[in-house]
Amino acid sequence: MRKQIEGSRAVAEAIAMCRPEVICAYPISPQTHIVEALGVMVKSEAVRPCEFINVESEFAAMSVAIGSSAAGARSYTATSSQGLLYMAEAVYNAAGLGLPIVMTLANRAVGAPINIWNDHSDAMALRDAGWIQLFAETNQEAVDLHIQAFRLAEALSLPVMVCMDGFILTHAVEPIDVPSQAEVDAFLPVFTPRQVLDPSAPVSIGAMVGPEAFTEVRYLAYALHREALERIPEVAIEFSSRFERRAGGLLNADVNGADETVVVAMGSVLGTIRDAVDELRVQGLPIGVVGITTYRPFPADALRAALRGARRVVVLEKALAAGSGGMLGADVELALQGLPIQTSTVIAGLGGRPILKASLRRLLESADRGVLPPLTFLDLNTQVVGQQLERVEAQGTPR
Amino acid sequence: MVVQVRIHGRGGQGVVTAAEMLSVAAFIEGRYAQAFPSFGSERTGAPVVAFCRISDREIRTREPIIEPDALIIQDPTLLHSVDLFNGLHPEAYILINSSRSFDELGLTEFVRGFRPERLLTLPATELALKHVGRPMPNAVLLAGFAAMSGVVSVGSVISAIRERFSGSVAQGNVAAAEAARVFVEHAMESLAHA
Repeated sequence: MRKQIEGSRAVAEAIAMCRPEVICAYPISPQTHIVEALGVMVKSEAVRPCEFINVESEFAAMSVAIGSSAAGARSYTATSSQGLLYMAEAVYNAAGLGLPIVMTLANRAVGAPINIWNDHSDAMALRDAGWIQLFAETNQEAVDLHIQAFRLAEALSLPVMVCMDGFILTHAVEPIDVPSQAEVDAFLPVFTPRQVLDPSAPVSIGAMVGPEAFTEVRYLAYALHREALERIPEVAIEFSSRFERRAGGLLNADVNGADETVVVAMGSVLGTIRDAVDELRVQGLPIGVVGITTYRPFPADALRAALRGARRVVVLEKALAAGSGGMLGADVELALQGLPIQTSTVIAGLGGRPILKASLRRLLESADRGVLPPLTFLDLNTQVVGQQLERVEAQGTPR
Repeated sequence: MVVQVRIHGRGGQGVVTAAEMLSVAAFIEGRYAQAFPSFGSERTGAPVVAFCRISDREIRTREPIIEPDALIIQDPTLLHSVDLFNGLHPEAYILINSSRSFDELGLTEFVRGFRPERLLTLPATELALKHVGRPMPNAVLLAGFAAMSGVVSVGSVISAIRERFSGSVAQGNVAAAEAARVFVEHAMESLAHA
């Protein structure tokens, strides 16, 4: 049913229809509205059988999800920012143990300085924890990705993190087609766990693995992610045929053969980028867009195929590796290795800085002219950073 | 065509709810709408901004509204403390919650060149107090905005109010919305005869 509702509310309704048996979460902005809504639904028995477990921290939230998933219950949690970092150890464990937990990450910057607004620093910090990471472009896609996430997680026995931009998506009210319970039930079968902790048939999971086999265990995780690259598009195609709309998959490319410059990005900023690109195309600029929906496993082959005809690739990303530059940019460069394509990374939207269409147009026009440097910070106030750098230099550094 | 509305007020005045209800009114009319708050300032009394875009086509952009086609100002005490009019063009609508006129509010110079039939003050807090019993001007202003601009119909605003509220709060807000419609129609008539 089509409704005009808040993204968080829509995601909560979608999660409820996935029939989770255990939900545990600790509140943190901007994730809060999702778990608040789910808490009400569990209490009113709109979702049942389901246990909503109040925990004392994010570390406990993920630990409880690990326990409940290992006991065979479909398990869900949600967090943001420092909340994800606080649960980091357990996040790795969930992946290592092969537990099909689904978690919403309402993307938010990571302190210090403290900042509650959106960027992708949280997701990027744990990009290599072994989870599948999917990024929603719209609230409709956030709803649809969550439904696909349980299917993928349980088919692969891997946890899935659905990333949706904090505030920009979680707090936006827009039209969303929320599927019916019958539709979700037809798409998402009852959870049949691959391994269950059961006192009547005791097994150990997560026993210590020594140097003689740890590499092999890790290799199998790598192989499982390779398999996920096959499964993710299959699930997206099945979803599209049942629900009659596109959602999920590896990439969402809008590239014509003649496009010389292609922008690559993840999440909600793609909407603004698509508007800017359409305007520039009308002016005759050969520019295309590739949205990355699946960030982990990284769809290097699909991306290479989508970008093969481009001369320049502009990677716009909402996170910064302080000692290196762009993280998505580095992944894209690796995928394009050996091709005659110039890549530039643009760091944008940090800590909630709005990404304006006018700024994107200027950026893409310079990319089209071939004058975009390898690394830029969109709308950086150069006067402020210049003064600060001068001041630091004037003070001198003790050696 | 896209209509971009920016709503200014203070935390606790239902600014975010207003943007949401406006988007619901447009949705009821079968149009696309996107409402979102300026995030993070959720403290009672602090200046709050919320945005609503209405369009006949799917809305993809996520940027805040920089150049609004309409301003709804829920709290006139913000007039001289916050840069409310940033990015405003002279074709824009301005609706202010006040029982005073634009002249009395000291805005004569600012609105020179704007279209007089798109400028209005509406005593929304008084109407809310009278009909709802609480100083919540948001729904009243939406009805006033609908009556003034026709961007959405007053009927759709009333449907959105009924979706959002229930019982006596819904009834009171609907009565206040009707009163706002009458107020705006009179104001428009006297302007036409002026």
